[in-house]
Amino acid sequence: MNWLSPFQYDFMLAALGVGAVVGIVCAVLSCFLVLKGWSLMGDAISHAVLPGIVLAHVAGVPLPIGAFCSGLFCAVSTGFIKSHSRVKEDTVMGVVFTGLFALGLVLFTKVESDQHLNHILFGSLLGIPRAQIIQTGVIGAGTLLVTLALRRDLLLFCFDPAHARSIGLNTARLNYLLLSLVALSIVAALQAVGIILVVAMLVTPGCFAYLLTDRFGRMLWLAAGSAVGSCLGGVYVSFFINGSTGACIVLLQSTCFLLALMFAPKRGLLASRWRRQAALVEGVPTGKRG
Amino acid sequence: MNPAPTNSTVAAGLRNEVLVSDVTVSYNNGTVAVYDATFRLQAGSICALVGVNGSGKSTLFKTIMGFLKPAQGSVTIGGETIASAQRLNWVAYVPQSEEVDWSFPVSVWDVVMMGRYGYMSFLRIPGAADRRLVEASLRRVEMWDFRERQIGELSGGQKKRVFLARALAQQGRVILLDEPFTGVDVKTEAAIVELLRELRAAGNIMLVSTHNLGSVPEFCDQTVIINRTVLAAGPTVEVFTEQNLARAFGGVLRHFRFDESTIQKHDGRTVTVLTDDERPLVFGKDGHVEYSQRNGREEVVKQRAEQEDDE
Ligand SMILES: Nc1ncnc2c1ncn2[C@@H]1O[C@H](COP(=O)(O)OP(=O)(O)OP(=O)(O)O)[C@@H](O)[C@H]1O
Ligand SMILES: [Mg+2]
Repeated sequence: MNWLSPFQYDFMLAALGVGAVVGIVCAVLSCFLVLKGWSLMGDAISHAVLPGIVLAHVAGVPLPIGAFCSGLFCAVSTGFIKSHSRVKEDTVMGVVFTGLFALGLVLFTKVESDQHLNHILFGSLLGIPRAQIIQTGVIGAGTLLVTLALRRDLLLFCFDPAHARSIGLNTARLNYLLLSLVALSIVAALQAVGIILVVAMLVTPGCFAYLLTDRFGRMLWLAAGSAVGSCLGGVYVSFFINGSTGACIVLLQSTCFLLALMFAPKRGLLASRWRRQAALVEGVPTGKRG
Repeated sequence: MNPAPTNSTVAAGLRNEVLVSDVTVSYNNGTVAVYDATFRLQAGSICALVGVNGSGKSTLFKTIMGFLKPAQGSVTIGGETIASAQRLNWVAYVPQSEEVDWSFPVSVWDVVMMGRYGYMSFLRIPGAADRRLVEASLRRVEMWDFRERQIGELSGGQKKRVFLARALAQQGRVILLDEPFTGVDVKTEAAIVELLRELRAAGNIMLVSTHNLGSVPEFCDQTVIINRTVLAAGPTVEVFTEQNLARAFGGVLRHFRFDESTIQKHDGRTVTVLTDDERPLVFGKDGHVEYSQRNGREEVVKQRAEQEDDE
């Protein structure tokens, strides 16, 4: 077996390129989602894109537009129902996104389409048409650019919305901006990992980085690094084992997270255990020393 | 302490005022939290906002910061609406400790720099002046040495001072402090009070919500007592009376009555009240407030001595 053989195929190179772009975009947004506590929101939006895709197909509109609109509809209607009823947000979200997902499934079976449901649900990085590559690249690059340019406002919005408002920032607008960016990154990532697993791309890298550092700048780099590594690795591995590319990517990301959870220098399980033991040996109470 | 980084002078502060007129605020669920609240704060004052739990202190704060729209009445700052006062960076806010996510990956420096965001372009790239002001603010609250720390790795008092530094860096004219003394030791409390006094001298307005009644007459020149509406507002010496407080708090205050206690006249000034937590509030014979320090209150002491002679 030749270890370099994957690189001889154009479809593999395309898959690696698209995987890297999607990985970076989702990783950067995952840092905000993890800090804002919006992980479930990522899951909800990703499931809710399905009816939008089907309806866009019927109406002859580009699929990403349909996906984006129905994803955002899920987020907005969740917010509306929450503020006008006594039901808690996570419950509302659970009801809304499963409802939209089910609607999507029903619509899909009723509509003649050249799409495979499997591809929408689980993604297909191998053998992407050229137009699709360009589309993913443009959406991904745009989302990444806006997110990075406005990262300080978005971070302030996540950290202290009261202060953000008191200096005259429009927090309602920032809220919708962040939701839209999440929806866009999901649209970009659908091709790679599909509806079911995209939430992993939007949570795991940020979570991994959060365990490793106390600085937001470094967190962005670590998340992006681990995501790109996992995407490239996942595509590469899936070539040999002939397995689902999306699943391979997500599995590698989960492995990164587990390693960080165990071995992170400050917040890892082993590190805190060692600190406790060292403290016991020295007879000093645990906590801050020196 | 270092010279004030705020450039609001007393002259500029003269136009500075907070006007709350006839404000009624209700929540989505129909609770009317505050009704017909009216009071006015002038430049160069520290105002205490006191009342029982649920009396509407936080609600009034949120209204002054523009988070809640009054159903009736209006709030203006220096003649401007809240929205334009915010764009001018006039309103700074020191949050309650419970409102902050202390595990957030930001450093002390980052947090104080957030006070400068309102002055930067939309990319929020700090300039040299911003960095200078952040440094000056951090030094002023004696937190410069901690600038690289993640904000969770600080003591309660240090955390408070970081957010005070952010308000300083923001150079707001009006600073709102929600429960600034909870979880803070006597030394830090004194430092915070000292800082507030300096800001008052520079013409700023501080509105402080507190349950620590004993400290109110010590450093607040104005007091607003609320229980869903303003029960009394004005100079602390006039407003902060036993009757008003009894009206606001009903039976919930802990009382230590000297005439009911074993303290005798011959105890004179050797009476000592110890407390491990909050500064005790002590009312004298005619229902006037007793202060813990005579320094700076000579005229009060003299006046009361004369009254005593008259009797
Ligand atoms: N988000 C909300 N929705 C509905 N009612 C609310 C909300 N927040 C507060 N209230 C109600 O408004 C009233 C005033 O509450 P507020 O938080 O202003 O009190 P407070 O004076 O700050 O109390 P504390 O001393 O406990 O901080 C209370 O009766 C409270 O139940
Ligand atoms: Mg309150």
